[in-house]
Amino acid sequence: MANSHQLKRVDFIFRNENDWEKVLSNTIKKTPQDLINELISSELKGRGGAGFPTGLKWKLTAEAESDEKYVICNADEGEPGTFKDREILSRVPYKVFTAMAICGYITGAREGYIYLRGEYKFLKEELEKVLDEFDYYCNEIKLDFKIRVFMGSGAYICGEETALMESMEGKRGEPRNKPPFPTQSGYRGKPTVINNVETLVHTFTIFKYGAKKFYDLGVQYSRGTKLFSVSGDTPKPGIYELELGMSLQDFVYEFGDGDTKAVQVGGASGFLVPRKKFKDAAIGFKGKLTGISLPTGGSMMLFNSSRSMFNVLDNYLEFFREESCGQCTPCRVGCQQLLLGIKAVKRGDKPAAYLDKLLRLTETMQYTAKCGLGQSVANSFSSIVENFREEMIY
Amino acid sequence: MDPIQTLIKDLADIHGRKRESLLPIMQGVVEREKYLSELSMIEIAREMDIPAADVYGTATFYSFLETKSTGKYTIRVCKTITCAMKGKNQVLFAIQDMLKIKLGETTPDHLFTLLETNCLGWCHKAPAMLINDDVYTELTPEKVREILSVYLKQNGSNGNGYH
Repeated sequence: MANSHQLKRVDFIFRNENDWEKVLSNTIKKTPQDLINELISSELKGRGGAGFPTGLKWKLTAEAESDEKYVICNADEGEPGTFKDREILSRVPYKVFTAMAICGYITGAREGYIYLRGEYKFLKEELEKVLDEFDYYCNEIKLDFKIRVFMGSGAYICGEETALMESMEGKRGEPRNKPPFPTQSGYRGKPTVINNVETLVHTFTIFKYGAKKFYDLGVQYSRGTKLFSVSGDTPKPGIYELELGMSLQDFVYEFGDGDTKAVQVGGASGFLVPRKKFKDAAIGFKGKLTGISLPTGGSMMLFNSSRSMFNVLDNYLEFFREESCGQCTPCRVGCQQLLLGIKAVKRGDKPAAYLDKLLRLTETMQYTAKCGLGQSVANSFSSIVENFREEMIY
Repeated sequence: MDPIQTLIKDLADIHGRKRESLLPIMQGVVEREKYLSELSMIEIAREMDIPAADVYGTATFYSFLETKSTGKYTIRVCKTITCAMKGKNQVLFAIQDMLKIKLGETTPDHLFTLLETNCLGWCHKAPAMLINDDVYTELTPEKVREILSVYLKQNGSNGNGYH
């Protein structure tokens, strides 16, 4: 057990930098091609959880042919245990706006939107105040880019990028089939870059300090830093910027309460890791050669031994059942049946072996559900049921 | 003109009459009226020249666009995992006890509606709740009673649900 390895705290995201005007005007002096190359060489991957290479996303949108393109900042932060985007928007909104404007310059988009979840409406007024200043400066340097705030109205699924676009188009937030991907056909059917709030702030860092500074942090396949939202049974809940690639063992050593039984990495749609696997698990994107790699939008929820894993799973499944958009059958019916199923096993109405049937159901959902919501229910379900089977039964 | 008609026309003048304007218009109505009545949904459909079923279908998708009458203040208590672990139920019992309503109900004077909601994004300061757009965190039964009594006082209510 290597407790000697310390977590590497970093301070880029919330560093107070009052030179955004200079960063913006200097960056747009370079060619879009150079900037895309810079971004690609940083190996930045999306920080919302899915981990798509950001440089490639911008490149594809830049190459798409259309007079009308959009840049969307996804601030529909709804994953249980995640609260970092709210903090970014309340502390360093100008970094987000600057990154969106640079993205507009690179891709040829002239309009940007921040899709802000309804639960964060209290932020809107302040954001629009900062936006006024931002608009003023864009006018001054003759940069044709206008950002607006679009409010959500309470729907977890709208954090899925195509559901978000449906919602912005005034419809039910039901995910679309992919392809086509938003880089080809996004908001209003036009090429669209959609990035998580944190991803955009990382591009600000990269454009200001250069790709190398970012690339030198983290580990292979998981470069740079990441904001972690830490909650649950921990003496220090909060938001922390850490280098990617840390082991879960080190994380628990730093944030646990001494009695950590399991950690949920990546929210309800992520994985639950039991104590015995802490030392094999690393936080980062897939591609590491050894051990388990856990990608995450930054949600880290700690559970100590006083917690019932049945109650945890029950809570997640109720969440998914309510938030499933209902469009595709595997997810709509699957979430309902999983919830009914674990309750029936607990009551003794179904034998313990019924859990295996439910596990096969989550496998089916993983293959057949239309979007990430239905597909990822299997992650938490199987990792909880397989590691804490006896708690599901007794 | 009916005040609702005027409100919807004004909102459409601000946000436009394209389908993309539907959410902002509905949000505008909810901000003022607290919920979308059948009349306002029909009126939005007429103003935007789209089927009323589309307005209803869209409205009912979003948990913050109420289609049933609600109180002046909607209390939404977060029930997702961390808040549940950190004493959400005690907070909820304190509210129910003080306002004499159950989950999903509205006080007879139409001041409060009590609901549960999914993750509000305040897990590090759990348990949390919203009263309309305002956030309250690190709640305890004592704290929530204090918060509600301020609302009651401001609205000249004696707290038994009747004026």
